[in-house]
Amino acid sequence: MSSEWPLWEVFIRGQHGLNHRHVGSLHASDAEMAICNARDVYTRRNEGVSIWVVKSNEITASAPSDKGPLFEPSNSKVYRHPTFFDIPAEVGHM
Amino acid sequence: MYAQMVKAEGAKSREEMSDQERAFQDRIDRGEKIEPKEWMPEGYRKTLIRQIGQHAHSEIVGQLPEGNWITRAPTLERKAILLAKVQDEAGHGLYLYSAAETLGVSRDELLAALHSGKMKYSSIFNYPTLNWADIGTVGWLVDGAAIMNQVQLQKTSYGPYSRAMIRICKEESFHQRQGYDILLKMCLQGTPEQKDMAQDAMNRFWYPALMMFGPSDKDSVHSAQSMQWKIKINTNDELRQKFVDQTVPQAKYLGLTIPDPNLKWNEEKGGHDFSEPDWDEFFEVIAGNGPCNAERLEARVTAWEDGAWFRDGLMAHAKKQDARRAAARLAAE
Repeated sequence: MSSEWPLWEVFIRGQHGLNHRHVGSLHASDAEMAICNARDVYTRRNEGVSIWVVKSNEITASAPSDKGPLFEPSNSKVYRHPTFFDIPAEVGHM
Repeated sequence: MYAQMVKAEGAKSREEMSDQERAFQDRIDRGEKIEPKEWMPEGYRKTLIRQIGQHAHSEIVGQLPEGNWITRAPTLERKAILLAKVQDEAGHGLYLYSAAETLGVSRDELLAALHSGKMKYSSIFNYPTLNWADIGTVGWLVDGAAIMNQVQLQKTSYGPYSRAMIRICKEESFHQRQGYDILLKMCLQGTPEQKDMAQDAMNRFWYPALMMFGPSDKDSVHSAQSMQWKIKINTNDELRQKFVDQTVPQAKYLGLTIPDPNLKWNEEKGGHDFSEPDWDEFFEVIAGNGPCNAERLEARVTAWEDGAWFRDGLMAHAKKQDARRAAARLAAE
């Protein structure tokens, strides 16, 4: 198993001008082959118009244990949402 | 079911659980998804590797009985369709191996366990595909039974497994329909000989298809823990019943007879009564003594070994390219 192919994460842009979205992963010897394999595995039914691949071990991810410190501070800041502010009906759409 | 008799680890009552285990179970009970890097009990992780691995192996080995007919398909259109279906199965295997890999096992390790016989694949693929109607029947019954299992697994607690199942289910319906379409042609527009072939295929595949859901609930020792963890959502017998009820009218439309004299509608339970498959045969096939076990495994091992030079060659090429790029960068600095 000395030469196990590295793992790649695959991102596909759907057809409607959306962001690239993570769809899964696959093994390939290099980036070029990862693109080819991604085409065969993840776009067999016209699921995309563009593919990104990146080596899995080059992704830095937040740790599940950091969920609290990272995301809880925004919980209390409801004023960041437009619905926080009441606008009188007479004013019309804003 | 593509995963049969998966051994589950360590069933525990609430009192026996540690605080961490209780918090984990609470998350599952609330319907939260568990993601790769999060804490999970070792038993949960191991059971999932077994189940997802077995499921992946089934997809890959499942290509063999159908691959047998790609060059023998009766028309170019049927050939193209079958090729697309078999390619889908490779994709399904890949999604599942990827899901298993998030649990800390590599794909090569899983394949090594398949090749050594340590890990299993579904018993159904150890039966031969003898005539063209078998391909129709495999799509209709075997993929039909697989869908029955996979639809409920979309709700499974492990995020990557659930997402793989959602993808697979989207594609799987084509498989079942293409199979039924083959049989429609043979049964309703074909010659009497072709209809006989379809009935022959039905006779051979009916009970092996029922076996796909695994042993009866009363003999299914690992179900309780797996259901507590939502690795499994419905019991084997529930799914089998649903499958029979779904299949009876489909067989009737084709004019095929289900090879079970005890099959009849039971008004009281709102489902069909039917004969259990021969469980001794099932355990024999699982143990490696089915009609095609040796042939299937040999085909897998040969493909793996014959491809080794190619895999190694591409890796060597990639390393060389990397080294060249690094040297060029250095020279430019």
